Amino acid sequence: MHLQAFRFGKPYESLERQTLVHFLTGETVAEVSQIGGAMVGRDLAKSAKAARAALLAMDPEEVVERLQTAGNLYALGTVEVGGVPQSPEDFVRHQSATTGLPESLCKANMQKNLFVLSNMDRMLDALSRGLSPEILWRGYGKEHRDVIVSYQAQSPVLGLVLPSNSPGVHTLWLPVIALGVGLVLKPGSQEPWTPYRMAAAMIEAGIPSEAIGLYPGPTDVGAAILNGSGRSMIFGSAKTVAQYAGDPRVQVHGPGFSKIILGDDCVDDWEKYLDVMVESVAANSGRGCINTSAIYASRHTREIAAAIAERIGPTEVKPPDDPEATLAAFTVPGVAKAVWEQIEAGIAADGVTHATADYGPRFVEGERCGWLRPTVVHCSSPDPEIAQAEYMFPFVNVVECPQASMLERIGPTLVATALTDDAAFQQQLIDCTHVDRLNFGPVPTTKLDWLQPHEGNIIDFLYRSRALQIAGDGAQPGLVRAARAATT
Amino acid sequence: MAATDKPVFEVADDASVKAAREKLDAHTVEMMAWHFHPSTGCPFWLEYAQSLSFDPIKDVHCFDDLKKFPPFQDEWLRGGPVRRWAPKGLEGQPLYVFETGGTTGIPKSRVNSRDFRTDYEMFSETLPEEYFPKGANWLMLGPSGPRRLRLAIEHLAQYRGGICFCVDLDPRWVVKLIKKGWMEHLEAYKQHCIDQAITILEAGHDIRCMFTTPKLLESLALGLEKKGTTIHKAGITGIFSGGTEFTPQWTRFATEELLDGAFMTPTYGNTLMGLAASRPVTPADGYTIAYYAPQPRAVIELVDFDDPNTVVPYGGTGRVKLTTLTKETFVPGFLERDEGERELPYAKYPWDGVSGVRPFHELASATTVGVY
Repeated sequence: MHLQAFRFGKPYESLERQTLVHFLTGETVAEVSQIGGAMVGRDLAKSAKAARAALLAMDPEEVVERLQTAGNLYALGTVEVGGVPQSPEDFVRHQSATTGLPESLCKANMQKNLFVLSNMDRMLDALSRGLSPEILWRGYGKEHRDVIVSYQAQSPVLGLVLPSNSPGVHTLWLPVIALGVGLVLKPGSQEPWTPYRMAAAMIEAGIPSEAIGLYPGPTDVGAAILNGSGRSMIFGSAKTVAQYAGDPRVQVHGPGFSKIILGDDCVDDWEKYLDVMVESVAANSGRGCINTSAIYASRHTREIAAAIAERIGPTEVKPPDDPEATLAAFTVPGVAKAVWEQIEAGIAADGVTHATADYGPRFVEGERCGWLRPTVVHCSSPDPEIAQAEYMFPFVNVVECPQASMLERIGPTLVATALTDDAAFQQQLIDCTHVDRLNFGPVPTTKLDWLQPHEGNIIDFLYRSRALQIAGDGAQPGLVRAARAATT
Repeated sequence: MAATDKPVFEVADDASVKAAREKLDAHTVEMMAWHFHPSTGCPFWLEYAQSLSFDPIKDVHCFDDLKKFPPFQDEWLRGGPVRRWAPKGLEGQPLYVFETGGTTGIPKSRVNSRDFRTDYEMFSETLPEEYFPKGANWLMLGPSGPRRLRLAIEHLAQYRGGICFCVDLDPRWVVKLIKKGWMEHLEAYKQHCIDQAITILEAGHDIRCMFTTPKLLESLALGLEKKGTTIHKAGITGIFSGGTEFTPQWTRFATEELLDGAFMTPTYGNTLMGLAASRPVTPADGYTIAYYAPQPRAVIELVDFDDPNTVVPYGGTGRVKLTTLTKETFVPGFLERDEGERELPYAKYPWDGVSGVRPFHELASATTVGVY
């Protein structure tokens, strides 16, 4: 199987290819064409405007319908990927083979993507607060209050530098086509499967092929995408986040440092919330930025750590096709060991205890890969370095911290689940600017309501709301034509 | 090229290969007589010879006998006094010092008198007149400062009857920007260089030939496209380009999409070796980039990773081992920071070549390449 580059409708077979191998057996799964950054830069300069124009030539509602069809094709149909027919079962096998994710988790991620595509109309309505899609298409229009509003597209395409380790993130870019914006995707080197299958499903469903680009390659491809696209998303480490912080053209997704916070009024009933804590830590093999990496409480923290450890500590490594498998492998040789050594060093600090120590070794070495079994750490204060750590497997710190200083100490938090009925504390949480998503009550941090924005509203990122005044009664069809012409 | 594939280029016949080897052997003996005779050799080699268990003048009868020398340590080239490398036989000649690397610490240096001119005069003979017309003016868009490249390109232009326009580029600053993660500054510096190049190309100087690196060639082509023109339409007919980042795919992309019909010849070189030309790059050959050193002045061998005295079979992968044999410089068996595949002798260059040049895999992660 050979995954070619796709240059806004034109397949391109490179002379350079990356071989993707099965993480356990080393068998070749696919070859992926590798292209260079200059090709992306050149294609963006030539084709980005045409990508948006191809979408604007369609009726916005029809685009949404076709995306819903694409969702069904992606999740249930057989589409051609890499020159061969790929069924959903094939997709799951391929994705598991190169990412190390158990097949059961690959299937679960497919359902998330299907949900987003199937509910695209509801999502757009919610994210745009009821704005007619025609307004995004034309750039301006009258909303239901009879007021002219204008939304100006900030880029004809959204660039995406996608990760290899978390197939769950693809839900973030699925609405983009429905917003009349093209896609230029750099697939993750180990996980090209979702972008390739999704692109194939979209095109088969009738989305114009010239609206989508797939550019697999080395890091300079990512740099070219960021450089050539007016708006981009990149997924990476804390270092990546720091590099692009403050760049309005780039939305950067890094570690989430998601947390569960137990208020003093609820903490004595902590056992009631054990299921929520376990699910938040361990769902999707703990790989997501929305997985809980720390639980804060003022008391009972040792008991909480011990109870979570009892639930997830015994988890064993299982073959990826075992329906009971829940742990993903670290497919890059040496990484699991290095991570474990880092954790061991953190555990050795004062005030830190390893709550899963009694459940056997955490690091499991394979022939070509490694695993880390779920790990629970207790910190007697937020001071130890490990209290701020996040890793790509089920790992959680249970941190003892007085409620009064909790919000000062938690640091940046993508998702906070707050277990408290204390109105004053709830208000402090609402006002806390370093918390992004906020759940009140026993909602797992991993449970997302797709009708609400995630790490900023995608519409606000792609469109700028600005003033547009029209003399007279506003009925000037020439402006509409001008708006359309300006995008072609 | 894999050893089992039938070559699509003209392989040198046995007689030519033999003749080239005999010439190399004779040249080697001549160079030993020069570098190790007190009246002509440089202080470094004359002193070093005292520590050897053999006499280079008496005991080196052919190129293979150079294996008697321990591997050349490029660290010897760091620091002074630089005159210890100046052969006595060149006393009174004007000397240059050229540097390589040097982003941090003391750079490696090589003294030069005429070598860079000779190397580029020889290289000039490989350039097709159709694309590099004699008398045409040149643009040098590449690393300048203490490197020999700027002077060498200017000499090449002059040797061919042209005048060379230059853009200043400091690669050490580029490497620093990358190491610091200042990518915005990197982009701005690159744009600063490209803007100057475009200004010169648009200034009516009738520039038809240029040297540049692959990365800058990309940026120049994209910059010109933004202005609605192309490298070829800007007047360039021939490009001589150098850098380890030349890959078949990049060359194909450049040929098919960037150059608009301008001709490009890839080269491989450095301050120690000089300049290796490539055999013609063709789609039929899978855009293979195969370099041939300017033998007998420099020799490239592809050697076993664990045994630098064993050459790998044709098509096999090995580390690049360089030997420089000019009157100005003697470098026996220096293991380069590159690896590649051993190529069959080519009719025009009847000795071994190297293709697929890339950073040596054991050092690759610590090497910053393709930066300018």
